[in-house]
Amino acid sequence: MIAHTIFFYFFSIIAIYSALMVITSKNTVNSVFFLILDFISVGCLFIMVGAEFLGMILLIVYVGAVAVLFLFVVMMLNVAEQSSSWFRGRVTKATHIPSGLFVSILIFLELLVVVGGWKYKTNIMSSGNLTINQNTTNTHELGNVIYTDYVLYFQLSGMILLLAMMGAIILTYRKRENIKRQSYFKQVSREKSSSIELKDTEFEKGVKIDD
Amino acid sequence: MEYINILLQEIYKIFFLVIPVLVSVAMIVWLDRRVWASIQKRKGPNVVGPFGLLQSLADALKYIFKEIIVPASANKVIFILAPIVTMTLALAAWAVIPFSESLILSDINVGILYLFAISSLGVYGIIMGGWASNSKYPFLGAIRSAAQMVSYEVSIGIIIINVLLCVGSLNLKDIVNAQQDLWFVFPLFPMFVIFFISALAETNRPPFDLPEAEAELVAGYQTEYSGMMYAMFWLGEYANILLMCAMGSILFLGGWLPPLDIYPLNIIPSFFWMLFKILFLFLLFSIVKAIVPRYRYDQLMRLGWKVFLPFSLFYVVLTASFLFYFELLPTKGY
Repeated sequence: MIAHTIFFYFFSIIAIYSALMVITSKNTVNSVFFLILDFISVGCLFIMVGAEFLGMILLIVYVGAVAVLFLFVVMMLNVAEQSSSWFRGRVTKATHIPSGLFVSILIFLELLVVVGGWKYKTNIMSSGNLTINQNTTNTHELGNVIYTDYVLYFQLSGMILLLAMMGAIILTYRKRENIKRQSYFKQVSREKSSSIELKDTEFEKGVKIDD
Repeated sequence: MEYINILLQEIYKIFFLVIPVLVSVAMIVWLDRRVWASIQKRKGPNVVGPFGLLQSLADALKYIFKEIIVPASANKVIFILAPIVTMTLALAAWAVIPFSESLILSDINVGILYLFAISSLGVYGIIMGGWASNSKYPFLGAIRSAAQMVSYEVSIGIIIINVLLCVGSLNLKDIVNAQQDLWFVFPLFPMFVIFFISALAETNRPPFDLPEAEAELVAGYQTEYSGMMYAMFWLGEYANILLMCAMGSILFLGGWLPPLDIYPLNIIPSFFWMLFKILFLFLLFSIVKAIVPRYRYDQLMRLGWKVFLPFSLFYVVLTASFLFYFELLPTKGY
């Protein structure tokens, strides 16, 4: 049990520290790296409570794909040296603070309701009708719940994601004129007979190339 | 006291895994160079030791004694961290690889997801190195590599889903044991081919070595690295290649199982079967390196997103319907 506690505090201290560093570090690229560290340590915490499937999926989806795109954007836009001037007491950017405070208080209240509900009113949520089979892995168990009881919600959320993806593509896609495009089929199916021609040239005349 | 004993035992086991992996990485580099040379009718490294076997060790020694140069304009912490991340991740993934029924460091329920997660983290070493160098070629190499690895991970993930449909478990031992009667390379042969090509792209091997294309980008993300730090990138890269070979042999070639369970084949220890399969896949890797010209970048992206992704998705539907129709779906655990 002691080892478990030590590891728990180890990962949670790293998680909290890196979460703080995400919002306080001056270099944007550094804060993305701290975000990645945060994801990894939260994934480790998931694994420690026995939710190994969720932990691994967190690593694959967020660290392996989403954070790479974050890094991409931050590096490409070259905002690395843009330091945040919030904490220097300037009045210009102070408008961010009320909205930030509002959102964080909202999230805090929500967490309070949820955690309080778990802690003091254990029968408030009807999670009791989900029987947990201790003999199977939690991958089996999750799949069993998602694809039987909640299959419609699962499909619906998939559809919403697909719609969001198509919407993003349609919003950003612009059809531009006068662009040279490469046709792979043409490139691959090009033959020697249609692309090379031997010609006898007269002296000081050259060949006229028609295009 | 008890904890310390357990800890020491684990460290002892880890040493016995990491050191053979590092040694075999050195040997595999030698093998790669020899195969490459013999395809081009050269001799390759043949001076240091018998058949030049110790060439990689000599190279490593040379790297250790070279000076490490950190560019003045580099982000120093990330610059030094990048090769460490690459190498650590490449070695950490070996923890779940089963070499035989009992020879496995940690037998976890989500083994294949762990492998997939670690191999998708591998891109960070490259991005960090490329960005922190603060120089044009490394940065371009890192951007290319990130896009390439993210794209090909998608098709590898879907190929893994194909295998998992036939197995019904994420445990690597279960995946191997499910191939007792029939290796998955036979029913899923197109997936094996796509897995092999995606593995080439995922490990930045030729013909997909655009992140370090020497004709365009000097040496890609490694341009500013020297000495031991360069050697660590290099070791990590080859450890990743070996890992991909191990993954391929577990998913498709039946891991430690002999091809047929008959007399002369099944007395060979299962550990050696695993090694043979890894070596076989690695030989394919190095032959491809020697005989295939490099892809253009847009062709690479097209191949990943427009050819492999739809085809492997189609194959998932095909496998699932086949298994469903003939009632072959695995029901382990229920």
